[in-house]
Amino acid sequence: MTQQAESVITDEMRAIIGKEGAATTLEVENGGCRMFARSVGHTDPIFYDEDAAKAAGHRGIVAPPGYLGTPVFNPSRGERSPAETAGSGYSIPYKRVLNGGTDYEYLDTVCAGDLLTARTKITDFAERTGSIGPMLITSRQTTFTNQDGKVVAKMQGRTIQY
Amino acid sequence: MADQVYFEDVSEGDEIPNLKKNCSTQQLVLWAAGSGDFYQIHYDKDFAQSTGLKDIIVHGALKNAFLGQLLHDWAGAKGNVKKFGCDYRGMDDAKQDIDCRGVVTKKYQDGGENLVELDIWTENPDGKKTTPGTGLVALPARA
Repeated sequence: MTQQAESVITDEMRAIIGKEGAATTLEVENGGCRMFARSVGHTDPIFYDEDAAKAAGHRGIVAPPGYLGTPVFNPSRGERSPAETAGSGYSIPYKRVLNGGTDYEYLDTVCAGDLLTARTKITDFAERTGSIGPMLITSRQTTFTNQDGKVVAKMQGRTIQY
Repeated sequence: MADQVYFEDVSEGDEIPNLKKNCSTQQLVLWAAGSGDFYQIHYDKDFAQSTGLKDIIVHGALKNAFLGQLLHDWAGAKGNVKKFGCDYRGMDDAKQDIDCRGVVTKKYQDGGENLVELDIWTENPDGKKTTPGTGLVALPARA
């Protein structure tokens, strides 16, 4: 007889669904756009050259798909940004972590010179048993707002703990 | 980058031009810097093996960014990638071919935009889809 594994989702965890964590500031600059584009292997000059980007109708060098700025590094806070740790003030029995996937939605173009504010909330906890055993899937949504107060992008991320 | 593709030219079921990648260890280090993901399983073989992997692996988010490039290059200067993303289902090794592909699943007009939905994925040399995902692209119309 098989026994259903006990849920690791607690009332404390359910209570934080939908609550936004601390805001993170992300700088979108020429060098960051170029470095990201180069690391992917992009060939479109709008990701590298300001004149080419402006000739194509953009305000400045365009942030390549998936690049939403670089968090302002704070040595007293360490390696991880609040976006990665949002709502992690609870404990679960799984030690290992996998990145389950990411989806981006663009509501406007992001260009070098933009200053983005990211706010992340947990949108769902789900449990599943797969080839790696029982796992907890945490879904988060991060909203990116630019310096004019406009929401320019949303990111949905899924983290797997097992 | 290829010639501009127009909404009228696209049909459901069409496969878009693929994008071939093969990540050198140098590219993975570049990506670590470009993305800010410095997890050592992507560039330190000893570390990767200490976690049970046989070697370093390609970042899932880099494969996602490849899919972003696939759609950006297809959409052309007059098109616009509105959504893209994927699940990280399978690991890819460095120095191994990654074939980034996409197929049109739906085309429609909404809010004055010509929209195309696609299934997108990266494929390993065994033909396994390691990052299945979807995209939404706005294209210009000829008319």
